[in-house]
Amino acid sequence: MKGATAEKDASMQKQKEMIASHFTELARVKDTGKKVVYTFVPGNLTELINHFGMLPVLPEINALQSGMRGKSAEYISIAEKAGHSEDVCTYVKTDIGMLKAGNIGPTGEPLPKPDLLLLSYTGCFTFLKWFELLREEYDCPVIMLHVPYQGEGEITPEMRSYVADQIREVVIPQFEKVSGVKYNEERMREQMRLSVRAEDDLVWVLNSARAKPSPIDSWFGGVYYIGPMFTSFRGTQDAVDYYTMLREEVQERMDAKLGPVTPDGQAKEEKYRLVVEGPPNWTSFREFWRMFADEGAVIVASSYTKVGGLYDRGFRHNPDDPIGSMADYCMGCYTNLNFPQRTEMLERYINEFQADGFLINSVKSCNSFSAGQLLILRELEKRTGRPGGFIESDLVDPRYFSAANIKNRLESYFQMIEAKRKGAKS
Amino acid sequence: MSTLATDASERLRQIIARAEALYDDLDFKVVKEWKEQGKNRKAIGFLPIYVPREVIHAAGALPVGIMGGADRIEIVRGDSYFQSYICHFPRSVIELAVSGRLDACDGFLFPSICDVVRNLSGMFKMLFEGKWTHYLDLPQNFDNRLGGRFYKNEMRTIAREVGKLTGVEVTDKRLRDSITVFNENRTALRRLVHARRDRPWEIPTIDYYLLLRAAYLLPVEEHTAMVNEYVELSAQAGRPRMDNIRVAVRGAFCEQPPLGLLRTLERAGCYVVDDDFVLGSRFIEQDVDHHGDPWDALADGFMNRSLPTASKYDQRGTKHADFVQRVRDFKADGVIFMAPSFCDPALLDQPMLVKALENAGIPNTSFKYSEDTGQFQVIREQAGTFADALKLWGKA
Ligand code: SF4
Ligand code: SF4
Repeated sequence: MKGATAEKDASMQKQKEMIASHFTELARVKDTGKKVVYTFVPGNLTELINHFGMLPVLPEINALQSGMRGKSAEYISIAEKAGHSEDVCTYVKTDIGMLKAGNIGPTGEPLPKPDLLLLSYTGCFTFLKWFELLREEYDCPVIMLHVPYQGEGEITPEMRSYVADQIREVVIPQFEKVSGVKYNEERMREQMRLSVRAEDDLVWVLNSARAKPSPIDSWFGGVYYIGPMFTSFRGTQDAVDYYTMLREEVQERMDAKLGPVTPDGQAKEEKYRLVVEGPPNWTSFREFWRMFADEGAVIVASSYTKVGGLYDRGFRHNPDDPIGSMADYCMGCYTNLNFPQRTEMLERYINEFQADGFLINSVKSCNSFSAGQLLILRELEKRTGRPGGFIESDLVDPRYFSAANIKNRLESYFQMIEAKRKGAKS
Repeated sequence: MSTLATDASERLRQIIARAEALYDDLDFKVVKEWKEQGKNRKAIGFLPIYVPREVIHAAGALPVGIMGGADRIEIVRGDSYFQSYICHFPRSVIELAVSGRLDACDGFLFPSICDVVRNLSGMFKMLFEGKWTHYLDLPQNFDNRLGGRFYKNEMRTIAREVGKLTGVEVTDKRLRDSITVFNENRTALRRLVHARRDRPWEIPTIDYYLLLRAAYLLPVEEHTAMVNEYVELSAQAGRPRMDNIRVAVRGAFCEQPPLGLLRTLERAGCYVVDDDFVLGSRFIEQDVDHHGDPWDALADGFMNRSLPTASKYDQRGTKHADFVQRVRDFKADGVIFMAPSFCDPALLDQPMLVKALENAGIPNTSFKYSEDTGQFQVIREQAGTFADALKLWGKA
């Protein structure tokens, strides 16, 4: 057990160092002359940004970190005072509020202004408005990469060529112009080979939750595991090293038949295996996690860890077709799937990970995730016969996280699972 | 009042009574009747804002706008599909659908407007498996070679799929003919919009609105005749001119305001001279070319000449200037932002438009509504105060 904890520390440490060095680089752009691109997580073009020696900044991640650092309430209030509606996505308001308060990043230093806004418009309409709003604050070009939705449950050749052509004819030339670097397909293939290695290991880690007990928590813990993959590091040696470390560490835990590490240390006995739909809450992240850990509930699969790609369902970046696979990647993220696809994916998770039930965390901010989730709930109950739970919170607005309410709901939910078990036995 | 004026008023009353009956027709009887009048007639329901109705028309089907049930249906099941923080519109669409009222539609088109309508498209796929349901991804890249090509392909898919239902092949000739009849409709709607801009006292907001709504249920040719007749007669009815201010309204492009709200605005002293109600009925204001390649022409209409709105990316970066210019062209004294509660596109767009107005010194006010709002006292006071302030302290 000691060994496992030490390994865990090593991978955590590695991730911390990667993030710290990224922020150091961001703080030094005035000296290094590196160009900065603001862009979104789902369907991001990280390999391409790195290819041109540019540095990505992800406003969603800033918002999430502001939530975790207890800053989001203040930022949201600044944005609302400036005329933003209380009804809309709080990620946007947190980002706008942070910007108005000096754009101080998680390291306490101001983030550099963007040289380019890459509006990769995957899976969420709010992105469009978000960057129209940011554009008013910065004097820099915006690239709109329109990523069509899988409305009919598939990626057609026309959709693929639409996205690939935009990457080739709009995104790459604009990147070349801003960075002064030429696109080099051979070098991109190399980057993608690294992407694939890390992707393979991430999938292995996510699939480790099939074991009983699951060595990982695929939601609370999962958000750490997807960090390097979904943000600035895909296609780098650092990411490959991080996932190798993580894999080894999870393997050890598995061999030792250990459950995940929770905010209070080693998980107790695995009592409930759950699949979760929706993002977590960031403002009370640890408190929220404890509500599960205290009850012996482990999340064995989640949709949130697929917002930056469905690697576990087979997608890999393809070194033989870099631009085509970037297009597929953009279109393949979870929130770009249609409702029947989303429901089917959750159904498979419930079955394949042998879950006792599933839970929807419905966040007020996010229409992309939330609109229609109640239908998913009913449909999954019908298809799997396993109990579904429904809780409501928000990503970064603490006004919408009612701990007592959620705790109550969770308790009744666990009782429901117990009742079902007893029913099955009798 | 002269006999001419009396006759005109009576006929206008009849036209509006017809339009109001259509508005109230939540069972879509008029669609069923239209279908019964011919063999293999099909109706395709579409959601806000915009779909190329010409393509549906050319495939021999009736495009039917689905705008929710406003304050006229009780939501029995719709609420069990959506959390409290989702706008009202999808719950009333679901209510219409699960209560069988949309059975007259043989298929549904969900244009890309927001994540709610997007997700609703998949919900329809799950709830109504036997029906043709298509998500229409309107391009956000406005380059003809990129977004244009993609959009033409989308339109061809719709033509093919609707054509399968009706047994009609959408040839270029048929599509050009459809463009022609929709151009006639555009001409009629331009006349209506301009008449209101120039003489808002002659066309009450409510009449104007009901005429727009009729566009979503009647066959286009019939609607064109209705609007033309109304506009002609409105000049003869001798309606009195009130000391109202002139306002432009923004934010109401999807979930529609209840009729009571529109009446309230006018009673509070506001003539609505420009607006985004039922926007899809006149999204492309100018005529679409009906001589050359009709697919190119429709794509060009959407890509280069449709009105700006919150769900469409402002690629040229001219939204501030365009909005201010529009407000000035329509000689509006001020702007009322009225958006549905929880409508992300409208509410995220609003601060940008407010900023544009403030920089231009144009007064504005804002409130939210829901399609089933029943109490208008607060809104009446707010709009009344806005109107009084503008009258007292001068207009833009
Ligand atoms: S609506 Fe959802 S996906 Fe979109 S920016 Fe907000 S949280 Fe992200
Ligand atoms: S009212 Fe707004 S949020 Fe609701 S469906 Fe319409 S556009 Fe979307």
